[in-house]
Amino acid sequence: IVCLIDYMLESNKESLKLEAMKRVVGLIAKGKNASELFPAVVKNVASKNIEVLKKLVYVYLVRYAEEQQDLALLSISTFQRALKDPNQLIRASALRVLSSIRVPIIVPIMMLAIKEAASDMSPYVRKTSAHAIQKLYSLDQDQKDLLIEVIEKLLKDKSTLVAGSVVMAFEEVCPDRIDLIHKNYRKLCNLLVDVEEWGQVVIISMLTRYARTQFTSPWKEDGVFDEHSERAFYESDEEKTRNEPEAKPYMMDPDHRLLLRNTKPLLQSRNTAVVMSVAQLYWHLAPKNEVSIVTKSLVRLLRSHREVQYIVLQNIASMSIQRKGMFEPYMKSFYVRSTDATHIKSLKLEILTSLANEANISTVLREFQTYVKSQDKEFAAGTIQAIGRCATNISEVTDTCLNGLVLLLSNRDETVVAESVVVIRKLLQTQPTQHSDIIKHMAKLFDNITVPMARASILWLMGEYCERVPKIAPDVLRKMAKSFTSEEDIVKLQTVNLAAKLYLTNSKQTKLLTQYILNLGKYDQNYDIRDRTRFIRQLIVPNDKNGALSKYAHRILLAPKPAPLLESAYKDRDRYQLGTLSHTINTKASGYLELSDWPAVAPDQSVRNVEVIEPVKIHHFIFPSTAHPTPSGSDAESRVENSSQSSEESDESSSQSEKSSSESESDSEKKKRKTKTPLQKKTVKPTAKDGPYLSKCYQPTFCSSDLFIFSLILSVCPPVYSALSPLSLSFPLQVSGPAFVPEKSHDLLHRMTGKGLSAQYQFPRQPCLYQPTMVSVQISLTNTSDHPLEQIHIGDRSPTGLNIHCFNTVECLEPEASVTVFMGIDFNDSTQAANFQLCTKEDHFSVSIQPAVGDLFLPITMTELDFRKEQGKLLGMNESSATITMAAENMTSQPISRPVATVANLGVVPSGQDDIHRCVFAGKTASSGAVVLVTVELRESSTALITINTEKSVMGSMLLRDLKQALAQA
Amino acid sequence: MIHSLFLINPSGDIFLEKHWKSVVSRSVCDYFLEAKEKALEPEDVPPVIHTPRHYLISIYRDKLFFLSVIQTEVPPLFVIEFLHRVAEMIQDYFGECSETVVKDNMVMVYELLEEMLDNGFPLATESNVLKEMIRPPTILRSVVNTLTGTSNIGDTLPTGQLSTIPWRRAGVKYTNNEAYFDVVEEIDAILDQSGTTVFAEIQGVVGACVKLSGMPDLTLSFMNPRLLDDVSFHPCVRYKRWESERVLSFIPPDGNFTLMTYHVNAQNLVAIPVYVKQSISFFESGSGGRLDVTVGPKQTMGKTVEGVMVTVHLPKTILSVNLTATQGSYTYDNGTKLLVWDIGKLNPQKLPNLRGSLSLQAGAPKPEENPSLNIDLKIQQLAISGLKVNRLDMFGEKYKPFKGVKYITKAGKFQVRT
Repeated sequence: IVCLIDYMLESNKESLKLEAMKRVVGLIAKGKNASELFPAVVKNVASKNIEVLKKLVYVYLVRYAEEQQDLALLSISTFQRALKDPNQLIRASALRVLSSIRVPIIVPIMMLAIKEAASDMSPYVRKTSAHAIQKLYSLDQDQKDLLIEVIEKLLKDKSTLVAGSVVMAFEEVCPDRIDLIHKNYRKLCNLLVDVEEWGQVVIISMLTRYARTQFTSPWKEDGVFDEHSERAFYESDEEKTRNEPEAKPYMMDPDHRLLLRNTKPLLQSRNTAVVMSVAQLYWHLAPKNEVSIVTKSLVRLLRSHREVQYIVLQNIASMSIQRKGMFEPYMKSFYVRSTDATHIKSLKLEILTSLANEANISTVLREFQTYVKSQDKEFAAGTIQAIGRCATNISEVTDTCLNGLVLLLSNRDETVVAESVVVIRKLLQTQPTQHSDIIKHMAKLFDNITVPMARASILWLMGEYCERVPKIAPDVLRKMAKSFTSEEDIVKLQTVNLAAKLYLTNSKQTKLLTQYILNLGKYDQNYDIRDRTRFIRQLIVPNDKNGALSKYAHRILLAPKPAPLLESAYKDRDRYQLGTLSHTINTKASGYLELSDWPAVAPDQSVRNVEVIEPVKIHHFIFPSTAHPTPSGSDAESRVENSSQSSEESDESSSQSEKSSSESESDSEKKKRKTKTPLQKKTVKPTAKDGPYLSKCYQPTFCSSDLFIFSLILSVCPPVYSALSPLSLSFPLQVSGPAFVPEKSHDLLHRMTGKGLSAQYQFPRQPCLYQPTMVSVQISLTNTSDHPLEQIHIGDRSPTGLNIHCFNTVECLEPEASVTVFMGIDFNDSTQAANFQLCTKEDHFSVSIQPAVGDLFLPITMTELDFRKEQGKLLGMNESSATITMAAENMTSQPISRPVATVANLGVVPSGQDDIHRCVFAGKTASSGAVVLVTVELRESSTALITINTEKSVMGSMLLRDLKQALAQA
Repeated sequence: MIHSLFLINPSGDIFLEKHWKSVVSRSVCDYFLEAKEKALEPEDVPPVIHTPRHYLISIYRDKLFFLSVIQTEVPPLFVIEFLHRVAEMIQDYFGECSETVVKDNMVMVYELLEEMLDNGFPLATESNVLKEMIRPPTILRSVVNTLTGTSNIGDTLPTGQLSTIPWRRAGVKYTNNEAYFDVVEEIDAILDQSGTTVFAEIQGVVGACVKLSGMPDLTLSFMNPRLLDDVSFHPCVRYKRWESERVLSFIPPDGNFTLMTYHVNAQNLVAIPVYVKQSISFFESGSGGRLDVTVGPKQTMGKTVEGVMVTVHLPKTILSVNLTATQGSYTYDNGTKLLVWDIGKLNPQKLPNLRGSLSLQAGAPKPEENPSLNIDLKIQQLAISGLKVNRLDMFGEKYKPFKGVKYITKAGKFQVRT
């Protein structure tokens, strides 16, 4: 066959080659050796004709490159070329194959390729590079440091596609570099729901480990955590009350809470691995009273495939030992069916036993009665052990169980009888009084029992309680002496024991028998028995040499013995992280990462703050710009912005209008800044009295640096990505800064009604820091009264379901002073007013915030191409349009962006067309993230057509109404 | 993560292997085969086996073993879930998952496996994405392929994976736009000898077959969502909408998929559609016994019960059976000791009955336990929990789709102890 394939591969016909390659892959799949075809195959690697053939060749290469390293090198250049291909899928597949070729000599080439791919435009290629990191690491561990750099970079990536893969790489390459996670922690938590399911598993397990090193234990009832209670910037009062219902000194770190909150929805995943990983996260991280929310989902998994059941039951077994209450309501779900596989049955039994308590024991025992009769004898034996455990755990039923077990002694099946004997022996040991009847009964059965363990157990019982059955025990010993040589080792040992004990208590009757048995034992084949015999003989038979010991023989042999503990095999299993392989096999699997104990004192929690947050919070509303106002935004973000900026720039040459629009924008920025400054002073001045000079003196510097960066981005940024940007088929809904922020502020509380407290609000049009679905609102509070106002905070709200992130309580506001605070409101994409109470120490005032529809949007950056694609999806009832008449002098695109931006917080989409009469804007709604697209087309005779595409049709029509008004004025 | 995959048939032959990292010798399977020998039934093979250098995680499905080789710590469910996805993918592509099918489509299965994992980490497991990269076979296409020498691998490169909606392929077009939903409920129950319910619950699945053009955004609402006690969703379902409004809002994948599964917790309030009167007894002498089973309708909500089937695992010591059925037919396999009585439709006027004698092997003792009966049944046009779909709305596209909902109740693990 190989010759034939070789011939076919050499042919010129593509179809023959393809057929040949298929056969080759068939050989590989069957596990047959096809390595000798390497030279013939590798020639086709650069085949241009069909994609198909190439793919098959790749498959072959990956399989055999390791064996034929020299020849494999011939193909490398093809992949290097493909890495530069304009099609992202070709780039990705080239990297995939290149990194799968396990040839050490190409390590530097791989390293270079990975580095490049890590900053690729396409998230798919970046994902592939994360996979390649692991491959390279397993090939050459010396690259670790360089690879960590790439991982660090990729961790900052905001794409959900990349997140799972890079965390996987992190876990494999540098799981101990927890410091790389700090800055990405919140992002990972927030992205989690949207990551693909496999990535979720990996991220959750990593975050579990992370949390155990960074947060303090939520399980402690007391302890001093005062230094911990300084709150992070976004922790609300609402959370505070929820987290510490009894006003404990312990307070959960808001990041800890964030993790718990964001993983909870994943319990509803269809992927069992995801559900299990959330369950283990709750088990290891959540406060004790919250763990039980995972119960229902775990029980649900029991409906899944047998193998899933097996793993889930194992974990439930571990959990149920510590927390009976969690699974008790679902006890019936663990009832055994005759069709269950054996390992499933025994696990269910295990769990039922753990769940049994005084209240439900009768139900459990009735169920067990059915199981004992099972045809599956192994299972029946397991049930008997389970009954024994119930009997020891719950003293009320010990006697019932014991009687039941004695009945089983007359069972016809040997395994059942044997197991009963063993369990009875253990039970009797726990309470040996007044059970001589049972012992006698067992002695009677002794002749019929052949299972060694059972025989040994009876012998041991006889010996231990020989004083209670003085007549029977010597007789049993006599029988044993006869059959000694044919017994199993374990029975022999117990016979020797019995003999010794009887010799001590009743030497008159048994002296000869004992000596006979000891003699037999002395020449036994098994050295344990020989050893034991020798020991016993020295101990009990008095002679000169060892008189010292034999005095104590009675005390040694017949010492009261502690009763055995009948306990679960799953006890302490949870020293391994639940859901892991190590937990399943109950030994440490290679690569298992230990879950650390909670730290006594939480490490610095500010490490998780992303730098961008602080300055933005204070200043960014003052300096709106299309680019991000601060330089410290993460790479990924700025990259996207750069690309949008640069594509704008690259279009400049072709479209004059584009340039003018961006210029106009920056013009307007400058204007705004000028106009803003006085306002700024106004607000700063009164506060200055209290002493925050800081903000005053740091303002100007910030202003200038901000300006500088802004212009830098506009002018310096090289248009490297512009060539690639049309390729990006998807666009992340990347929120950009607002194009324009109206200075108009609205009255929230007049100073007359507010008894001296006046409040004004405005929409800074920035993405809300607290929750992405919220609209941020800036509130200036001023004290116009003559006495200080204390404890200004937010009270009751209506509708009650309204999701508000309150500002931190203002402890004291001096007369004449004012303070600016921020809050987030989830308007749920409606213009319905948010009503709440603004409270001071003495009073509370009902206030309401009414958003204009335009304030409920966030601008997003997208390309013209993406815009068209999105628009294509939002036709029909999602589209609303209107024609308006405009003044003739406004018929250029320049002024149009102004009124539109004033009305609605939308981003300008750089238009690649020469059409100067068309202006497009894009945004998304804050709550649901629905895309909102606005097109304004200027027509002849001073009319303009406004088109709005959004799935939120109500918001669409409201926006249309506002735009009509605004543009008609213009 | 996942190092290698072996497909093994019940007799222990390895007929496909795929390695995602370096090659692992197939001798590693010996540990598994050893465990398989020990187990009485293929189901009893432990899913996780610990060997000196590797860990073997396997599933048994459709009479095939899917055995994966693991070298380092990984959540076992992660692997198990993935293996099941592989089986589902084969089923999805070729209509069934069996040794013959895999052998006939060896190259394609191999390529699919190549796409599904990269370096042992799942890359593309969504059927919609895979189908764009490697087209499933159709009769027409296979004829064309043999004539022209092309293959099933897509010439165009996929876009699905790169769209914002990873589970839906782009550019879907149908002339007839249809969306069908199947609400399938299964009753899991254990009844004791006297017919009282020991344990009962309802598990439901909402399956969907959606063939809609473009990017439809669907909203499915129920009349009585409060019934649902516990739910799990396909990733396309917007969880927040469910939390706040109890409606299923989603952009569906193209084709067949499971939209949600749910659990109705009504404990003993579950309507049990049939009752079983049975008596299985063995003579004290140990020479044989009698069997008498009658099945009748109980709470059927006025619908006919169809496809009734009673399966009994008789004790190992049974030699032969001599039974007569008043309705349907029975089969008895002496090798597996499996008695199957296929009744069909239940007629309330004339209840089906199976009775006759059982004979034991000579000298065998009287069996300890009576075998339990497993019941199968089907009721069309009924969801036994009472769940009802209220309406289906579509947004985002202009055309009017054809919509339909079908209800079926089945017996899940329905067992009668005797």
